[in-house]
Amino acid sequence: MRRRESRLAYLMLAPTFLIVLVIVLGPLLANFWISVKPVGLADLRPPSVLVSERLRGSPKAVGDAVTLEYRLRNSTTDKEIRDVVLTDALPAGLTVTSLPEGCALEGETLTCALGTVPGKWRETLKLEGTVSQAFLDIEDPHEQVEATVTGDADNILTSFEFTLENFARIFDHAEFWSVLRVTFYYTIFGTAGALVLGLFAAQLLHVSFRGRGFLRGLFLFPYVSPVIAVAFTWVVLLDPFSGTVNALATKMGLADQAINFFGQRAVDLHLFGLTIEFPLALTTVIAFEAWRYFPLSFLFILARMQSMNTDVYEAAEMDGATPFQQFWYISLPQLVGILSVLFLLRFIWTFNKFDDIFLLTGGNAGTRTLTVDVYEQGFALSNLGAGAAVAVVVFVVLVVFATLFMTLSPKEEGL
Amino acid sequence: MLAPLLLAVLSGTLWGAVALSVMGVTLTLVSGVVAMPAAGAAALAGACHGVWLVVTGRAGRSASGEALRLAPDLGIDLLLLFVLMMGLSLAMPFSLPFDTHPLMQALALVAALAAVIAANRLCLTGVRLAPMRRYDVELVIIRALKGLGFVFFFIIVALPFYVMVMTSLKSQQALLANPLDLSIDLGQGITSLLRSYVELFTKYDFGTYLWVSTVVSVATVVLTLLFSVPGAYAVARLRFRGQAMLSRSVLLIYMVPAIVLVIPLYAVFSQLGLRNSLTGLLIVYPATTIPVALYMLQGYFRGLPAELEEAGLMDGLSRLGVILKITLPLSLPALASVSLYVFMIAWNEFLFAFMFLDNPDIFTLSRGIVALNSSEVPRQHLMAGAVIATVPVLFIFLWFERFLVQGLTAGSVKG
Repeated sequence: MRRRESRLAYLMLAPTFLIVLVIVLGPLLANFWISVKPVGLADLRPPSVLVSERLRGSPKAVGDAVTLEYRLRNSTTDKEIRDVVLTDALPAGLTVTSLPEGCALEGETLTCALGTVPGKWRETLKLEGTVSQAFLDIEDPHEQVEATVTGDADNILTSFEFTLENFARIFDHAEFWSVLRVTFYYTIFGTAGALVLGLFAAQLLHVSFRGRGFLRGLFLFPYVSPVIAVAFTWVVLLDPFSGTVNALATKMGLADQAINFFGQRAVDLHLFGLTIEFPLALTTVIAFEAWRYFPLSFLFILARMQSMNTDVYEAAEMDGATPFQQFWYISLPQLVGILSVLFLLRFIWTFNKFDDIFLLTGGNAGTRTLTVDVYEQGFALSNLGAGAAVAVVVFVVLVVFATLFMTLSPKEEGL
Repeated sequence: MLAPLLLAVLSGTLWGAVALSVMGVTLTLVSGVVAMPAAGAAALAGACHGVWLVVTGRAGRSASGEALRLAPDLGIDLLLLFVLMMGLSLAMPFSLPFDTHPLMQALALVAALAAVIAANRLCLTGVRLAPMRRYDVELVIIRALKGLGFVFFFIIVALPFYVMVMTSLKSQQALLANPLDLSIDLGQGITSLLRSYVELFTKYDFGTYLWVSTVVSVATVVLTLLFSVPGAYAVARLRFRGQAMLSRSVLLIYMVPAIVLVIPLYAVFSQLGLRNSLTGLLIVYPATTIPVALYMLQGYFRGLPAELEEAGLMDGLSRLGVILKITLPLSLPALASVSLYVFMIAWNEFLFAFMFLDNPDIFTLSRGIVALNSSEVPRQHLMAGAVIATVPVLFIFLWFERFLVQGLTAGSVKG
C-alpha cells in the first residue's frame, strides 16, 4: 500500500519534475558550460554549405544543350565543414552529357561528394546535358526539386573546446566592479524603500473607514500592471523635454532647467559648502523599484497586522502608552518576523530584477546592474560566453543569499 | 499652554501649504495654465485658522457635532480662511489674474480651503487651550502624518496612471504645444479622441497582439494547472520519500532569475527552431509558473479535511475520482486565485517575449509595445499601447480582487 502510494506520488510529480529539469535546472547548468566557451551570437547558426542552382542556356528545341550550375559556398569564413555531399534530383527530360568531378548519377538522382571544405570556400559545379520535350514543357524545370547539401561541422556549443577568457574579460573590465556596486545599492535601497513605503501604507489602511477597499485596490495598481506599461509611463512622465514633471518643476520655479532623471549619471549637490555627487539616474530607478513593489510588502504587513491580537493594545492604552510607544514597543516587534522575511525575499527578487532597469534606462547613466550586464554582454555585444559568465556570477551570489535566507528566515512565518 | 498652539500652527501650516499646492498642480494639469500656488500665504492662513480653532475651543467640539449643527461653524471657518487667503496672497492665490479660468480657479480655491478646514478640524479634534498629555500630542501628530500619507500615496499611485490615460488621448500637436495641459477636449468627438487607439489597431496590428497575448496567457494557465494540480495533490496528501525537502526546494526554484535562464534557452531554442515561436513561449512560461502554482495549491489542499477524501476512497472511488469529484470542487477558490495569478504573470511577462519573438505576427502585447518605443512613433501611441496592456489586468484584478489578494499573499513572492 505504502509502496503504491509513493509510486503514485512520483507519477503525479513526474511532469513537473521533467519540465523544471529541462527549462530551469538544465539551463542553470548549461550556463556554466557556455561560460567557459568562446561562443558568440553568430555561432548559434551552425556552419553550413549554401547552394544556389541555376540554368544556363535557353533551350528552344529538343536536343538543345543546357548547363546546370550549382554554386556552393561555406557560410562561415573560418570553420571547415567535413563530408560535404550535394544531392539533387535532375529535372525531367535532361540527358546528361558530362558530369563534374566527384559526382555520380543514379537514375535521376545526382550525388556529389565534395569532401572537406575550408572556410570562405566557394565552388561552382557545372553539369551539361541536352533536353527533350518533357524538359521544355515545364517552366523553370531545375526548380522542381531543391538541391540539398549535407556536411558535418564542429558546433562550438557541443565541442570540447574550453577557455577562461570570458571570466578574465568580465573581471578585468574596470566597469565590472562599478556594476557590482550599483547592483548592491539598487538592491539594498530598492528593497528598503519598498518595505518602508509598504509599512507606512499598511498603517494608513489598518483601521477601517469608508473607501478603504477602494484605496487598497488602488495601492496595488503599480504592482499588478504590466511592467512595460508603468516603466514607459515613468519615462514619459519624467522626460526632460516633454514630461509633465519637468514642465511643472521648471514652470513653477522649482528647478532652473529640466532634469534628465533617467539620462544623467550624477548631479552635484551643494550642501553646507560640501559638494556631493548625487547619482541621479540610479536614485530614480530605485524610486521606481520602491514605487512598484511597495504594494507587495503593504499587502503582507497589512495581513499580519490584521491577525494581531488587539487585547495588548487595550492593555497598553490602560497603562497610558502613547501611540508612538504602542507602535514602537508593540506593533513593530510583532512585525519583525514578516518584515525580515519580506526583506530577504524582496532582496533576492530585487537582485534578480532585469526588466525594470532595462526598460527605464537600458542600463545607461550608471544604472547597469549585474542582470542588465548579462544582456549587455550576451546580446548587445553578441558575446554569449561572456554573458553566461556574468550569469554564473549572478547565480553564485544568489546561492549565497539563498543559503543566508534559509538559515536566517524565522520559521514561524511559514514561508 | 504652548503645546496646543504649536500643534495648531503646525497642522495649519502643513495643511495650508499642502492643500493649496495640490490644488494648484491639479488646476495646472486640468487647465494647462501654470497656476503657481501661493503656498506661503496658504500656510499662514491655515496656521491662523488652526490657532483660531484651538483658541475659540471649536476644535474641541467638532468630533461630537452633527453636520447640520456644524454648518454655521464651517461657514465661519470658510469665510475666515477665504478672507485671510485672499488678503495674504494679494487676491491671487494661484498667481493668476482673475479672468483666466475664473470658474476653475474659484473651484480650486474652495476645494483647497474646504480641505484645510476638514484637515485642521480632524487633526486638532479635542485640542483645547489647556495643558496636554503626551498621549494627545502624539495623537495629533499621528493624525497629521496619516493625512499626509494618504495624500502622498494617492498622488504617487494615481498620477502616473492619470498621465498614462490622458497622454494617450491627446494629439501630437497638443502635446508639443503644452506638455502641462492634460485636459481632454470632449467637444472633438469620440473618433478624434481615440485616434491613437484606432491607429494602433489599424496600422500597428494591436488586435493581433491582444489576441496572441490572450491565447498565450490562457494556455499558460491551463498548462500550469494540468501540471501543478496532480503535483500539489501528491505533495499534500501522499506519503513518499523526499516530501519535506520538496516543498522547500519549490521555493528555491522560484528564486532563480529569468535572466540567468535566458542565454542557454536562447541558444538551445535557436538551434531547435523553437525560439521565434509561440510553442517556445508556451514551454517556458508554464515552467516558470508551475513551481509557485504547486506551492500555493499544496498549501490549500493541506487545509482541506482529509476525512472527506478518505470517505470517498472507502466508497470505492479511485484516487483520480477523489481528486476530480472531491478535492477540486472544494478548492475552486484556490484554483481561481492561482489561475488569475498565473494569468497575470503570463500577461505581464516581458523578458522572454522580448528575447524570443522577432516575427510581428506572433508578438505579445509586451513585445508589441517595446516595438513602439522608437523615435518614429509618437508617445501618445506608446501610452495608448500601455493602456491597452494595462486595462485587461486591472479589470480582472478589480473584478476578482478578493481571489487575487489571496493569491498574491499565498504565492508570496513573484517579483
